[in-house]
Amino acid sequence: MMKVKVLAFGIAKDIFGGSSTEVALSGDASVEALRTALETQFPRLKQLASFMIAVNDEYAEAGQVLAQEDEVAIIPPVSGG
Amino acid sequence: MIDLQLTEEPLDIPTCIDWVMSPQCGVIDVFIGTVRNATKGKAVLRLEFEAYGKMALKEMRKIAEQAQAKWPIEKILLHHRTGVLQVGEVPVIIAVAAAHRDAAFDACRYIIDTLKETVPIWKKEIFEDGEVWVAAHP
Repeated sequence: MMKVKVLAFGIAKDIFGGSSTEVALSGDASVEALRTALETQFPRLKQLASFMIAVNDEYAEAGQVLAQEDEVAIIPPVSGG
Repeated sequence: MIDLQLTEEPLDIPTCIDWVMSPQCGVIDVFIGTVRNATKGKAVLRLEFEAYGKMALKEMRKIAEQAQAKWPIEKILLHHRTGVLQVGEVPVIIAVAAAHRDAAFDACRYIIDTLKETVPIWKKEIFEDGEVWVAAHP
């Protein structure tokens, strides 16, 4: 089992109730598995228009595998400008 | 040359324009975003901007480099503000200097359009009776 700390911004901070959360992944530690675990833990995420996962400051693909030292963040729909 | 900034300090328009000015350029195209007092007919009191700082700067750099690769442009400045902004304040300035106007117009448009799609910055609209993270919900 791997524990992943997920940084939150924007509306994700409201949904997590803080600027980060911790998710436990059993088995496959892929970005897709993290997504599913987050949606299970925080069902409100499913109401968002979309959300991405960033790993080490880069948008991550679903199949990317997480390592313990990675910096992981949830990126809800951006709205800069 | 590229100049990027993500800052809580107010953006200074003349300083930005001075920075892109260069003798080999015939034009400067400037895009300035300003805080509007209403959205869909509802009065907005202020905006709050939040950023994932290091990733935002990385994405801003990618956009500036893509623009430089696509068009013959000399200088690109892209500054974005974070924190609380009142109506009329400036959250974003883009300035592009080029020899000719087509490249400058196209690059400026590309930079703001792509920024709105990819750069991890979030805007919250504060109304009298509540607040909304822009674009969060369908």
